[in-house]
Amino acid sequence: MKIVVCVKTTLPSEAQVRVEGGQLVFDNTPQIINPWDEYAVEAALQQKEALGGTVTALSLGNEQANVALKHALAMGADDAIRIGDPALAAIDTLAAARLLAAAIRKLGGVDLVCFGRQAIDGDSGVTPAQTARLLGWPALTLASAVKIEAGQIRVERSIEEGRQIVTAALPAVLSVVKDFAEPRYPTFMGKRKADRAEIPVWSLADLGLPAPAALVTWGEFSEPPRRTAQCEMIAGASPAEIAEKLADKILAEKIL
Amino acid sequence: MNIWVYIDHFKGTPLPVSWEALGLAKRLGNAAAVMLGNHLDEAVQAAFDFGADSVLLADDPALADYRAEAFASTLSAAAAAQTPDLLLFPTTSRGREVAAMTAADLNAGLLVDVTALEVAAPGVVATRPVYGGKVLVREVCASKPALVTLRGRAFPKPEQQTGRSGPVTKIEVKAETQTSVAGYTTSEGVSLSDANVIVSGGRGLTVFPGLDEKSAAAKGFALLGELAAVLNGAVGASRAVVDAGFIPYAHQVGQTGKLVSPDLYIACGISGAIQHLAGMRTAKVIVAINTDPHAPIFQVAQYGVVGDLYQIVPALTAALKKKLGK
Repeated sequence: MKIVVCVKTTLPSEAQVRVEGGQLVFDNTPQIINPWDEYAVEAALQQKEALGGTVTALSLGNEQANVALKHALAMGADDAIRIGDPALAAIDTLAAARLLAAAIRKLGGVDLVCFGRQAIDGDSGVTPAQTARLLGWPALTLASAVKIEAGQIRVERSIEEGRQIVTAALPAVLSVVKDFAEPRYPTFMGKRKADRAEIPVWSLADLGLPAPAALVTWGEFSEPPRRTAQCEMIAGASPAEIAEKLADKILAEKIL
Repeated sequence: MNIWVYIDHFKGTPLPVSWEALGLAKRLGNAAAVMLGNHLDEAVQAAFDFGADSVLLADDPALADYRAEAFASTLSAAAAAQTPDLLLFPTTSRGREVAAMTAADLNAGLLVDVTALEVAAPGVVATRPVYGGKVLVREVCASKPALVTLRGRAFPKPEQQTGRSGPVTKIEVKAETQTSVAGYTTSEGVSLSDANVIVSGGRGLTVFPGLDEKSAAAKGFALLGELAAVLNGAVGASRAVVDAGFIPYAHQVGQTGKLVSPDLYIACGISGAIQHLAGMRTAKVIVAINTDPHAPIFQVAQYGVVGDLYQIVPALTAALKKKLGK
């Protein structure tokens, strides 16, 4: 099995993000691997352990992307590749998918590509399906359980109504949700290996692609509307009295 | 302006968020509902009832189960031939995926999970929450067509008027067979993204005298479930209790769970970490019940109760049951 896991570097979820003059301002929180992508690395490593083969971590971006790649290496990925080029400053999801698909083709012989369900910065969650589409491979998204046997993959997908069980022939693209399995912690040896790793960079020229034109551009940022309402504290002599008052307040909002 | 609206459904039952997209399309131009599946007669009538000017229909046994590749190929072939200006999708698991693949097929721009949308030069301009809802960004899509998925409950649902009708045009089925569906396991209860009311529990649910954390959580979530049932709502949870294994991940609200906008959000024993607030602060009314008067959740709540949720929640269930005549 030749497995690729696509990872991204993001701000951690506890980071404060503010807007000043239409621009984003971050506090100095160190960046991390996108939390969803840890599940993708775990999924990739489990398949390797079950079936043999290699796991290659792939990311897209400037040197910050190495944070996610080194985390994947520390968890147990065999090698890592970064797609990086000065012409890739602002790209949309489709351009990102095109670059990832080109890198996966260049690697050659890939059986399985794993993604996290979405990145916690852009929150789009469409890159796995778009990458699959551009490769012409089936997309098995939102997978919470995966079984591979004799070149066939079977996944349970988390949908609004419960789970959908889908099968396909490899190669395929997978995106995994949190139900999948707790991601393992990097090992001491893994961290040492990741620290020493020289991660190769593939440019647009290496991938044989022109500079991408973004179909979607990001404009101004703004803060979500502040909740202006002061919190009205409901008190009373007994839980029943408090509940009575609170129920009246809720009903007066006319939202039920 | 010619607008196509992808109607998401499960086995012929449309998800209400599809009608919100139809309502937006009607305000912007001519709204054609695109319906892919099998045995869709009732769903087609519902689309007209909710305002569709016409229906584009692929009703075929090959589309009986949702399969991303077949649905996207059918939609993108029709869109390539008939060149609509704008395609709207509800941000559901299926809507997001079909939109993603169709955008790739058409080499078109895609705006995901937007909460506001306008059509102006140089194209479609949308606002959407990013960084888990901590900030909003304006996005511009200059391609034709533009593809947009709409966040559930961000746009008003149109009134249903029974008995409306209009032209139904068949579109060609592209029954790709890259994947096959082996079955389903369905879950009980209301889905979080569609819920008008969410009753949510956090770490406060794990503290009850004489009980271990697991038993306390089981007792607490049972009480939350009773309140949710009276309000036809769904049960949510903070990351802490999901990570501890006390409730499945499908219930998690917050930056690494579901981002929700219900009319009423009742937070029980949830302190209000920034990741949780990002996922629920667009709720219309927030009620917080917590033993700690300094919990950050009270800063976003309209109504607060400092008290023991194991006592307040059942009392609230009883009071609302009586007042709602249930």
